[in-house]
Amino acid sequence: MDRFIFLTLDGLSRGAVYAAFALALVLIWRAARVVNFAQGAMAVAAAYVAYSVTAATGSYWLGFLAALAAGLLLGAVVDRVVMRHVNHASPLNPVIVALGLVLLIQAVLGMIYGSQFRPAEVPFSRSAFTVGGLTVLSPYDLFVFAAVGVVVSALAWIFARTAVGLRMRAAAFAPEVSRLLGVNVGGMLTLGWALASGVGALAAMLVIPTELGLHPHAMDLVFVSAFTAAVVGGLDSPPGAVVGGLAVGLLLSYVSGYAGSDLTPLAVLVLLLAVLLVRPGGLFSTVAARRV
Amino acid sequence: MSATRAVAPPQESPVGAAGRPGAPRRRGGTLLRHLAVAVVAGLLLVGVSYAVEPFRNFQLATVAAYLCAVAGLTVLTGLNGQLSLGHGALMATGAYTVALCQNAFYDRGLTGGWLLPVSLAAAVVATVAVGAVVGVAAARLRGPYLAGVTLAVAIVVPALAVTFDGVFNGEQGLSVPVEPPPLALGPSFPYERWQLWVAGAATLLALLLLANLVRSRYGRTFRAVRDDEVAARLAGIHVARTQVLAFVVSAATAGLGGALLAVLAQSVSPGAFSMTLSLFLLMAVVIGGLGRLAGAVWGAVLLVALPDLSHSVTELFTLSPAAAQRLEGNLPLAIFGTTLIVVMIVAPGGVQGLLSRLGRAVLARWRARRS
Repeated sequence: MDRFIFLTLDGLSRGAVYAAFALALVLIWRAARVVNFAQGAMAVAAAYVAYSVTAATGSYWLGFLAALAAGLLLGAVVDRVVMRHVNHASPLNPVIVALGLVLLIQAVLGMIYGSQFRPAEVPFSRSAFTVGGLTVLSPYDLFVFAAVGVVVSALAWIFARTAVGLRMRAAAFAPEVSRLLGVNVGGMLTLGWALASGVGALAAMLVIPTELGLHPHAMDLVFVSAFTAAVVGGLDSPPGAVVGGLAVGLLLSYVSGYAGSDLTPLAVLVLLLAVLLVRPGGLFSTVAARRV
Repeated sequence: MSATRAVAPPQESPVGAAGRPGAPRRRGGTLLRHLAVAVVAGLLLVGVSYAVEPFRNFQLATVAAYLCAVAGLTVLTGLNGQLSLGHGALMATGAYTVALCQNAFYDRGLTGGWLLPVSLAAAVVATVAVGAVVGVAAARLRGPYLAGVTLAVAIVVPALAVTFDGVFNGEQGLSVPVEPPPLALGPSFPYERWQLWVAGAATLLALLLLANLVRSRYGRTFRAVRDDEVAARLAGIHVARTQVLAFVVSAATAGLGGALLAVLAQSVSPGAFSMTLSLFLLMAVVIGGLGRLAGAVWGAVLLVALPDLSHSVTELFTLSPAAAQRLEGNLPLAIFGTTLIVVMIVAPGGVQGLLSRLGRAVLARWRARRS
């Protein structure tokens, strides 16, 4: 039972990160109907920026802020320089271009930093508190929950309560009408990419210290897990992404705790296939799945 | 569903050849033409194998192995519209099957020239089985969902080699014992030339079958499903079955390609079949031109030539050994990634598309001048 509680809390902490990353995928999907396969590589790039800044200044928090800024900037650049010019007539094209970005970003990171694992710093201790003989969360886990909670609430507030959020939703929902009403649709799209990439950078900053460390491929499996989370929740639904992220985190934690950590990638694949084959639109989808 | 099958166009339907007299004879002509091209290519390959040094022979053999997989992927993605990022994993399936088969034969003390074809065939069969499973799932998925699932396959399958290291020997992988060239070819027959012959023959056979498939009724149904699923269904094509068939065919060639790579390297390890390999295959397909078999040749050549080229480029600079190694290892990746993006934005038809546009333009000008 102790072990179960520990695995559950650990899974929720891991799931919070997946939720943030899945949210980033959902943001871009809703804004541009593109699944950003380069999200993982972009997030790792931001994490490397944090690594360099922290190494130069000695401050974790400066590095943290730099990663968020780099994430926002990278998202905007990717949209303006690359994605905007892709012909979206076939859904294959943006996916292929995003994969090209993956190769390019990972190669550039490999050239600058080499491909050894670099230890990533944590701002708080990762050793867990014990409450009445029970091992529960570590201060770092609490930090993860707080950071993800703040980001999710901030995004919800932006989209639901602010004029910019309304414009972004309008631009995604009906680009032509929004343009006629004076909304800067292109600008809203860029803003959406920047926000999503920033959230992705945050997720990378949170998850990389809990894994093997910083590496150009560090987010590959996280990307697949987060994609699974987004699909579980339905690619169109932000609350679904959060719930899906937590569910995937729990599942992976149980699988690695009870069956061995080698099996977690396989568990992700099985879950992804099962959800797609049983409910292709995701468990929370409100829109009918495409039918032929 | 059973009613839809009866409406499928029969083999002799004059679709695409309507109004041309002698259309039935042209059909036989397609097969003959492909056979002739394959024979000429084979003879050319034998000639080249004598003309160039052993290392080039080995590189050409590697090109042939990649070509096999790239051609299969271009049929799937270009002609059937299914994007697969999992072909690296399918290649791994073929490679590991050939390794397990060859090891099993050698452990039992079997030798002979027939072992390798049997192992290669086993690799194709095993990959067809895996491809059928993935293909059945893929036929229900579209666009980004399919890409996501196949990406998961590409990342997960190599990890399985570590999970079940009792069979696959973990990160170290397996060695692939391969027979020396037959004695009938002479005692000093270079091993690399033999490798090129084996890989070239297998790939030419696969390409011949693919080329005929593409020009057949099945090729037309592939394209019909890609262009408009609803219209294809209304025309009596069983969409899901067509998609599974395309996936299985493409998996078979990927398995053969992976098996050939394992035979060439005489070893197989999960590191050789990472997600990057799947992305490389996709790049080769895109650069050659989606759905063009001839374009697959360009892509496969680039896959082998670019790392070589980047090695030469790195040697031009005076760098510290560590920096040189970092640059050399990543330069091809950066070039591949950039090409993928640029080609997709600027020339979605790829190299072969540009070439055939150029060819048509030249032809049109020549005709205009003559008339």
